[in-house]
Amino acid sequence: MSTMTAQATQVYSVFVRATPEQLWEAITKPEFTTKYFYGSVIDSTFEPGAPYVGWSSDRSQQYVDGEVIEATPPHKLVTTWRALYDVEAAAEPYSRVSWEIEPAGDGVTKLTVVHDQLEAAPKTAENVAGGWSYVLSGLKTLLETGKPLTA
Amino acid sequence: MLDSSGKAVTLRLTCDHLVTYYPAVDDDHVFRALADPTRRHLLDRLFERDGRTLTELEAELEMTRFGVMKHLRVLEDAGLVVTRRSGRTKLHFLNPVPIRLIHDRWITKYAEPRVAALADLKTELEESA
Repeated sequence: MSTMTAQATQVYSVFVRATPEQLWEAITKPEFTTKYFYGSVIDSTFEPGAPYVGWSSDRSQQYVDGEVIEATPPHKLVTTWRALYDVEAAAEPYSRVSWEIEPAGDGVTKLTVVHDQLEAAPKTAENVAGGWSYVLSGLKTLLETGKPLTA
Repeated sequence: MLDSSGKAVTLRLTCDHLVTYYPAVDDDHVFRALADPTRRHLLDRLFERDGRTLTELEAELEMTRFGVMKHLRVLEDAGLVVTRRSGRTKLHFLNPVPIRLIHDRWITKYAEPRVAALADLKTELEESA
């Protein structure tokens, strides 16, 4: 088994049978994010410069700290990202997460998440490497079946 | 809907899928893409270091540039490789999401209860030994 080298740019992509507007809602509304994003309540006004914060479902603990760089509903959301759920990762500089939403025809939408600027944040890079696949798989299942991935 | 001979075809929903699959990114494409040692090798190379050019990948394989391109195309069609432009270069990234979807669709359903049962048995036997 080769060891995982944490990548400074990570790309994740999934096709979802939903509209771009539904995808946008799913990534910006806490009633959706709690169902696939490790239970996180995403809190932001989604205006450039506004904080982008992820809380635990009971809002007792902050998981993610960031700032909105670009928000073009329902096509693109770019934020900075610092993981607070891990002490070592929290000490690293901010990285960047871009959500790109493109219609792929036939009622299908392509969602691509690019997590980059991780050069100085190896612990974060290692941390999120498996996480984004789980998040996107859960997001697809939620939008297509109305149910969360794990019962 | 009509088939090639012009006969009406009724499409039935089988309801045996948890989620929707598409021609470009269905399980068949993913399994077929993975059923080749060269393509698995390419994925392993990208797993080690992501975001590579065709030239870099070609250097690690004893294969023509055209051959590597063909394999990358199959991986891209299955959604296992995603390309992004960085200036004038095209970079290839490993996209693990289709494998995760197969895991959630197939492994969780069939293998996990049995694997868990075996793991429990192992723990029990080892503890009582």
